[in-house]
Amino acid sequence: MNFEFSDEQNLLRDQARGFLGTHCPMSKVRAVLDGDEPTDRALWEKIAELGWTATAIPEEFGGLGLSYLELAVIAEELGRAVAPVPFSSSVYLATEALLLTGSRAQKEKWLPKLAGGETIGAFAMAEGPGRTTATNLQTTADGGVLNGAKAAVADGDVADIAVVVSKADGGAGASLSLVELNADGVSIQPQRTLDFSRSHARLEFTDTPAEPLGPPGQGWALVEKLLDRAAVLFAWEQVGGAEAALEMAKAYALGRYAFGRPIASYQAIKHKLAHAYVKNTLARSNGYYGAWALNANAPELPLAAATARVSASQAYYYASKENIQTHGGMGYTWEFDCQFHYRRAKLLSVNIGSEVQWQDKLVRALEQSNAA
Amino acid sequence: MDFNDTPAEAAFRSEARSWLQDNAPTAEELGGLGFIEQAKLWQKRKFDAGWACIRWPKEYGGRGATAIEQVIWNQEESKYPNLPGTVFSIGQGMAAPTLMAWATEEQKRRYVPRLASGEDIWCQLFSEPAGGSDLAALRTKADKDGDDWIINGQKIWTSGAHYSDYGILVVRTDPNVPKHKGLTYFFLNMRSPGVETKPIKQLSGDSNFNEVYFTDVRIPDSQRLGAVGQGWQVSITTLMNERLSIGGGNAGGDFKALLRLAQTLTLDDRPAIENPAVRAKIADWHCQRAGLKYTGYRALSAVSRGETPGPENSIGKLVGAPMTQDMASFAMDLMEMSGAVWDEDFSPDGGLFQDMYMAIPGLRIAGGTDEIMANIIAERVLGMPQEPRLDKGIPFNEVPTGSG
Repeated sequence: MNFEFSDEQNLLRDQARGFLGTHCPMSKVRAVLDGDEPTDRALWEKIAELGWTATAIPEEFGGLGLSYLELAVIAEELGRAVAPVPFSSSVYLATEALLLTGSRAQKEKWLPKLAGGETIGAFAMAEGPGRTTATNLQTTADGGVLNGAKAAVADGDVADIAVVVSKADGGAGASLSLVELNADGVSIQPQRTLDFSRSHARLEFTDTPAEPLGPPGQGWALVEKLLDRAAVLFAWEQVGGAEAALEMAKAYALGRYAFGRPIASYQAIKHKLAHAYVKNTLARSNGYYGAWALNANAPELPLAAATARVSASQAYYYASKENIQTHGGMGYTWEFDCQFHYRRAKLLSVNIGSEVQWQDKLVRALEQSNAA
Repeated sequence: MDFNDTPAEAAFRSEARSWLQDNAPTAEELGGLGFIEQAKLWQKRKFDAGWACIRWPKEYGGRGATAIEQVIWNQEESKYPNLPGTVFSIGQGMAAPTLMAWATEEQKRRYVPRLASGEDIWCQLFSEPAGGSDLAALRTKADKDGDDWIINGQKIWTSGAHYSDYGILVVRTDPNVPKHKGLTYFFLNMRSPGVETKPIKQLSGDSNFNEVYFTDVRIPDSQRLGAVGQGWQVSITTLMNERLSIGGGNAGGDFKALLRLAQTLTLDDRPAIENPAVRAKIADWHCQRAGLKYTGYRALSAVSRGETPGPENSIGKLVGAPMTQDMASFAMDLMEMSGAVWDEDFSPDGGLFQDMYMAIPGLRIAGGTDEIMANIIAERVLGMPQEPRLDKGIPFNEVPTGSG
């Protein structure tokens, strides 16, 4: 049994934590929150220089050819730092979509740019509040042109390209296409978000030229597969954030006195944080299994991904809200940093589909594995 | 990252597997024997072949095996669901390590191998009506009389007291000092005059525990472990030696039964599992079960490298017990009006969920209540301070007590 990250992967974690500690302290996150820029471009460039955006891209396409375990390690650290960069959109979604279903020419054209960070990708699926399905999609991609509107596209106003889910050309099912966001017929309207450091946008397409990605009409199966893969990496960001929120709560509770003693000595606080630790531990262990399944491309991936995702969404939500609660009134102020985790926890938990949706997927995977 | 054995582990596993294949007792061999005789038959067979208590040194009846070999053995043995249950876990898991740490060499050679071979059964006499979570508040007293000690008082929640040969015992030898300092640790023959055992009837109707009364029970001073007044430290040895429970069976039979139930019973004329509220609950329980399983795998990986598992391994009971209670309660909800019937022939799975519902309240308390487990995580894992204690530094006989 060797169900553990390797020494090299742990070293990478230390390096990543050290780097983000220096270049992405909470003051940087706050600067994006307080400022007018939707993201921290300078940080993004440094991250790209380190090769994090190239991690799991094969060397033949300009990547580092490392495994998804390395990418999971980086995801955890970015989550811990609440990094104000479009990493999840560009790396876990746009890059993965190209790796999963791009033609050789598409991979050769886009992957080196995504690897180098000079191109930022986004994933456009939702069209409005409520769950997007293969049957309620309105956007069309007929004859190589996109028409329709996508909403709540994470990092949509920052990205250069987007992978768009649309109705299949003239028939049933869904298709994926790749669109350059500076093309004619694209209108981008930023949407105010819960987490200002991760902007969202509404993308409107009017006869916008787009290249099909993967076989037309089979887009929905590809979307499911893509989201399963991304879910594991999202889960690791959430685990990192949940752990940081717990640490923040603990540090405050140890230093804050009430009725003549640290509030960390009251069982009401101890039990709250013990339960956060339990949820974080379960989420982390499920994340291990998800990372293994993603990396091995195992048939268990749908169940492993949904399990990691549901656990991590629940853990981060709990840790982020109880971190504010532990801080009392100060935790509710703009001045304190508790808000960053509370904002990011919700953003990450809906970005690739809600907890309810992943619970449903989890049980579907259980039913299938039981039937098999 | 993988789930494979090292070559040495694989060789050990195959040796264990083939011995089990040839030696696991058959239904015919066990037929007609009581559960204690069955347990003793299996334990003796393992002992004779060198497969009993394999972590222990050879001179005390063990095999000198590594921690990961113990785990592998547990995994292989747990593949035989019809093996006799054990009556030795307290003796082997708690008494033996304490003896090995604190007894004289002569005592170790006399008592420990008989624990490995299953000749002797031991029980643990710690908890009292006035000392449960606050174990050190115990009141059973010992008075010195020549080379003996005279014990008077009452213990409670003692599993297997009525069929045990020996017991490990913590008592108060000095009520005039703060509570942790006035305790002393002994072992005794359970057939000593003045020991009286009474079963406790649980709310489930079963009796798994006993009250044990001591009336002028004599214990020779030679059966004291540690110094007079050192009983708390010796008790810690016992409590730290909870059996290495990781990597064992935990096949999750209860969860699979619940899943099957939700697929079989209907809700609004559709299989219940199609209902989103049902799905959400099943998903959450799967997440908890899987999280515990993979936390166990992480601990196994540490053991495999010769390291001690991290503190994350302490969450098992705190997660598992309340979850099982909720699952049982929900399974009965799925049965609707029939949920209240607890009948082997009528109830789904022979009444499994009703059994669970009635058994779990005990599991949430035994071996550390949920609240104590949460305290342990907060204090030992997160490093948060203890609640201030009003009995600290005060002689035990001056500590305020309630009516209970």
